Amino acid sequence: MATYLVSMLNGLAMGALLFAIALGLSLVFGMMDVLNLAHGAVYLVGAYVAVALVADGGGALTFVAAVLLAAGAGAVLGTVLAGLSRATPRHLDQALLTLGVSLVVAEALSMAFGDDVHSITAPAPVAGGVTVLGQTYPLYRLLVIGFGVLLAVGVHVLVERSRLGSLIRATVADRGMVSALGVNTGRVLTGVFAAGAGLAAVGGVLAGPILGAAPGLDEKVLLLALVVVVVGGLGSVRGALLGAVLIGQVQALGTTLLPEYASFLIFGAMGLVLLLRPAGLLPARTAVHA
Amino acid sequence: MKVAHESPAAAADRPPSAPRRGAVRPLAGAAVLLLLTAAPLVLSAYPISTMTRILAFAVLVLSVDLLTGVTGLPTLGQAAYFGAGAYTAALVGIHLTPDAAVQALAGLAAGLVTAALTGWVAVRARGIVFLMLTLAIGETAHQVADTWPAVGAGNGLAGMPAITLFGGPPLLAAGYVYWWVLVVAVAVYAAVALVVRSPYGRTLRGIRDNEPRMRALGYRPALARYGVFCLAGAVAGVGGALWAAHARFVSPADLGFEVAALALLSVVIGGGGSLWGPCLGAALVLLVRDNLPASIGGHGPLVLGLVFVAVVFLLPRGLAGLRRAPMTPLLELRGRKERRP
Repeated sequence: MATYLVSMLNGLAMGALLFAIALGLSLVFGMMDVLNLAHGAVYLVGAYVAVALVADGGGALTFVAAVLLAAGAGAVLGTVLAGLSRATPRHLDQALLTLGVSLVVAEALSMAFGDDVHSITAPAPVAGGVTVLGQTYPLYRLLVIGFGVLLAVGVHVLVERSRLGSLIRATVADRGMVSALGVNTGRVLTGVFAAGAGLAAVGGVLAGPILGAAPGLDEKVLLLALVVVVVGGLGSVRGALLGAVLIGQVQALGTTLLPEYASFLIFGAMGLVLLLRPAGLLPARTAVHA
Repeated sequence: MKVAHESPAAAADRPPSAPRRGAVRPLAGAAVLLLLTAAPLVLSAYPISTMTRILAFAVLVLSVDLLTGVTGLPTLGQAAYFGAGAYTAALVGIHLTPDAAVQALAGLAAGLVTAALTGWVAVRARGIVFLMLTLAIGETAHQVADTWPAVGAGNGLAGMPAITLFGGPPLLAAGYVYWWVLVVAVAVYAAVALVVRSPYGRTLRGIRDNEPRMRALGYRPALARYGVFCLAGAVAGVGGALWAAHARFVSPADLGFEVAALALLSVVIGGGGSLWGPCLGAALVLLVRDNLPASIGGHGPLVLGLVFVAVVFLLPRGLAGLRRAPMTPLLELRGRKERRP
């Protein structure tokens, strides 16, 4: 029993990270109809920021600095990607463009950091373990779960309660209408793109002590985030949250029960959800497209 | 690569398009075919081996083009059927017969069956959602190949004997394998060209351009899409069998995300809907991926990424679009031309 609870905690930590990563992907997808295939590469930028700054632990301050630096780098990348993809209206071109940027970024990272798998130690103050239900559990992962909860609450308040949030929701629902009301939707889109990419890079730093940093991780993370977005439903914050928690659990339980088929289970879960609800579990109320 | 049998329908699929210029195209096609056939007589084994891989990959690209270029369904999962064909052909080679024709047919059947089994999930979606569903199918296939002990799991499937043809001796020389692959690839190209210019092909393009109207006209878009998905799976399966016949080794990497992404890139570089363009794109992409690294210190992906970005901005309609672009303004002045039947 305790094994399953620990596994569920791992799933929650994974879900928190997936939420941070998938949120931007989902909103950009829902608003701009852009599939940002460079999202995984942005994540990897964050992971390597962690490698550069806090590879062997370091203090809490350095870790916070790494988070901020990654957020900035991600936001810059996101702005560039938003500009590029707005210059190319066709879906296929956008997919190709972001795939190209992704290849360039990933290759540049492996040129700078080598092809090795880097492991990252949790910052010194939270590197230890705590006893949960008679089992020792890494304190850092509990903090990641806490971060996920804070992020979910924060984003919920921002999107559902603030004026900026209503602007974002309106743009997801009907971009043409919002634009006709005199709002510069381009700026909203770029802002969401930048914020989403910043979050993905922060996710890379936070995931560092759990997943490490290695070439090829960008692809894995991108696929996981895509699955989360598809399962949760395009363009909705709650969908991204539900999808992230669900996929985090499927992956954690799968790793415990059927280690060899864990990733297979994830795609199985996605297929199942899509069979029952083709638009995902909680799509944005006005679906951008079928 | 092969400009031999480009169909008039493919050239005419997007008005405005340039009028056919008499005998130029068949002559160019014949010349390219002749050059391709003569290649093993003048080139050494290594470039011939590269060209063999390009031909097998071009068959996969044709299958992506059928879906993406002709029907408007962008796919990132076609490598799954390519892999199904490759693994099946390798298993047939190891356990049943080294006969290449049997292997190619087995690859075709494997691609067709797996596409028929998985396609009905994907064809319900359109656009980017279709892209993501096919991505999921591709990744699932990759996982299966990577974990299933019966097909060598992560180590891949090795020990496939050299292919034979019609009971002859094993084909060990690169040139003979190349000729076999060339013959099959040209046959597939011709078959795809026939499909594209057939009434069914026009139905598919109609679905791409205006699905509601096609439905109103009494066509059944869902059925047509499912059909082309199965067909594309069969084509990809043949490509996989050719790939296996040449490499005699199949690994999970052969059906990974990268292969599917490169195939889609080839279609976009070449110009979706045209058939010769994507084949040319396949050659370009594979050359950049496999042959540049040696000369620039292993940074192939970097160059490839820059190529991706450059293509989007410099070649919005692909290589095939370049050829007809100069005629565009003139035709627009005259108004839209009727499509040739």
